[in-house]
Amino acid sequence: MTTALEWQLATVTAIRAETAKVKSFTFALPGWTRHRAGQHYDIRLTAPDGYRAQRSYSIASEPERTGEIDLTIERVEGGEVSVFMHEVVAVGDRIEVRGPIGGYFVWEADMAGPLLLVAGGSGIVPLMSMLRHRAATGSTVPARILYSSRTYDDVIYRDELDRLKAAGDSFEVFHTLTRTQPAGWTGFARRIDGRMLSDISQAFGAKALTFICGPTPLVESAANGLLELGLKAERIKTERFGPSGK
Amino acid sequence: MDPTNADLVLDGNAVAGVLAEIFGDDLTAVLGTCPDCGKRAELATCRAYTHAPGIVLRCSACDGVQLRIAWTPRGYRYEARVQVDGRFPASG
Repeated sequence: MTTALEWQLATVTAIRAETAKVKSFTFALPGWTRHRAGQHYDIRLTAPDGYRAQRSYSIASEPERTGEIDLTIERVEGGEVSVFMHEVVAVGDRIEVRGPIGGYFVWEADMAGPLLLVAGGSGIVPLMSMLRHRAATGSTVPARILYSSRTYDDVIYRDELDRLKAAGDSFEVFHTLTRTQPAGWTGFARRIDGRMLSDISQAFGAKALTFICGPTPLVESAANGLLELGLKAERIKTERFGPSGK
Repeated sequence: MDPTNADLVLDGNAVAGVLAEIFGDDLTAVLGTCPDCGKRAELATCRAYTHAPGIVLRCSACDGVQLRIAWTPRGYRYEARVQVDGRFPASG
């Protein structure tokens, strides 16, 4: 059996464009082990001269899918690993990976809720694994996501979030677009702030189980805002999902 | 912290693989106590500075250094200041 710390050669079996800067890669794993929603894999690239670059990427897929995982990767200008993944990697290529890794930023259906998710940009990825896990297990734990993107076209998993919402199993999605908004936009149109957090979290009161993932400034302002609203620190889990692609 | 530097800061989640490689187990959910301000929190919540030839984990409350890891030709070297119920050897 492959342990989470052993490197294994995964085969890329599918590549999907999510937005102009974001792609999802399906990896078939010879040593697949079930992950927990929110965990990540490390990817390691080795150049012919032995130089190595390594980054962590959150798992986007649900644990219920066996034998393979999806990693959703944002292209970061100058990023050694993300640019290679976007520009060079093709279906059939084999890539060194290890995982699943991380035991803190995880949600499983039996942890209940209500589940409050706050995402900025590609910080949506581990939260999407949680939402897919919730759907796959038939969980009806009330869940809400507040998702901040720059523009409408930068919203990752937009259609799937709409479909999950339409399923009518007490999941709701709230978008905010911070840079530009399309004509007729009815969602939020500013950076996440205390009033927005209050609007979204009010229905759950102070007992929400909260996961926040995004760039550091967003994570810190959202976490502080929710603490001010009376949510318990031990019920707020954070992950800084820097544009370094780490 | 200016916006550019803030963007470069990650957290303990991002170095979970390296920590597990060195210490043999996932440490992100382990509770640690900051020796400077006494904050007790999971190591995942530490700020992680990784854009250097090593890794520094700092307390999310007071910015005090919790753990330093460097790569040398002979492998990892680390210095742990954070107190985690006897899990770390004094140095390595």
